Amino acid sequence: MNGVHDMGGMHGMGPIQVEEDEPVFHHPWEGRVFALRRAMGAWRKWNIDVSRNEVELVPPADYLRMSYYARQFAAFLPMLVKSGLVTQAEIESGIPAKGQAKATPPLTVEKALTLVAKGVPTNRDVAVAPRFQLGQRVRARNIHPVGHIRLPRYARGKLGTIHRDHGVFVFPDTNAHFLGEKPQHVYSVRFTARELWGNQAAPQDSVYLDLWDDYLETV
Amino acid sequence: MTTTRRDFLTAAVTAAGATVTSDLAHAQEHDHDHDHDHQVVPSDPALRVKALESLLVEKGLVDRAALDALIDTYEHKVGPRNGARVVARAWVDPAYKQRLLTSSDAAIAELGYGGMQGEHMVVVENTLKVHNLVVCTLCSCYPWPVLGLPPVWYKSAPYRSRSVIDPRGVLREFGLELADDVEVRVWDSTAELRYLVLPERPAGTEKMNEPELAALVTRDSMVGVAKVAAQREGVRA
Repeated sequence: MNGVHDMGGMHGMGPIQVEEDEPVFHHPWEGRVFALRRAMGAWRKWNIDVSRNEVELVPPADYLRMSYYARQFAAFLPMLVKSGLVTQAEIESGIPAKGQAKATPPLTVEKALTLVAKGVPTNRDVAVAPRFQLGQRVRARNIHPVGHIRLPRYARGKLGTIHRDHGVFVFPDTNAHFLGEKPQHVYSVRFTARELWGNQAAPQDSVYLDLWDDYLETV
Repeated sequence: MTTTRRDFLTAAVTAAGATVTSDLAHAQEHDHDHDHDHQVVPSDPALRVKALESLLVEKGLVDRAALDALIDTYEHKVGPRNGARVVARAWVDPAYKQRLLTSSDAAIAELGYGGMQGEHMVVVENTLKVHNLVVCTLCSCYPWPVLGLPPVWYKSAPYRSRSVIDPRGVLREFGLELADDVEVRVWDSTAELRYLVLPERPAGTEKMNEPELAALVTRDSMVGVAKVAAQREGVRA
């Protein structure tokens, strides 16, 4: 979606505010939000693309006003309800529905540490032919789906060069909507800064984006 | 009436027509000035998160000990010291540096690092003529195993919006002025690749050993918003 999360190239956001010796979490609740999202993710009712999409659905004025973890929490509640793990009534009352057996948490301490150490790889070991070769000129497609997409607006319609083929990965546009993984090649694509921003940019500068096969077309 | 954030969350978690909201459904930050008519009492996000955690624990959906372990890991065990060790190794061992640049995952794993949000790593090298800068314009992607969780500024709108259109201005804001003949490469983390900058080894460090070098390497230098100085501020001899 053409949301406010897609902010590359926007002006007016103000100065960058750096905090010296910043803590990992500014309040204990931020750490709890961070951990709760991982622990509930272990139910495997959603994936990373679903969760990113849910954050993007936070209304733009709220998105900009909220802190990172406030956004993460705001996006967490609808995921819990949509997944069926928690009911709307339970969210409203804060009390578990009666007559339901207590579940067993899938994420134990041991599994949490394994999750940290192993992560959740999103590459796929399937034979999919790349549509583009190193050095090839490509155009990022000029598309504007209302669903999830990881092709920023600032690069759409722009000409770039295939710099590197990263291999085959899950495609977020379908995966975010439970429409399958549609594995395909992801490329590092180099765009000159002048192609993206015109002559105000330095001639030797460039921006590299990691883009899926479906985001690119031949020129 | 002005739409409030409570209205949003309520809409998101309740069916059409429902009017009941709980503390949980108010789960929003209220840190702005209340200069408009609205009925929500400013609320403490800590209470709302606690209420949700209690609900999830009571339902048997989460194990509190696992939550504690995750928080402890990122507060105390995983952070930019990991990345600093990778950088220092690359500075003293040319064969390691080569592996780091070509097979980044395996080379980082040699030092025992890897995992969540660093499953697929790319390392880019700064030189006299090339300066790399890492951003995630769409969200806040960051290489957790080597840098830990990102600072607020990395996740903020000013950094995410301007890094791609005005990287030299952003670097100037961090106190780094690049010469005109330096090439700036910005890496927008739009997919599941995570980027680590291998900064230049500063002059005057030829006699330092690997741990001494690692102590010089800052988080900011591995994101690309700073260079490494031959001496850390505050620890000058």
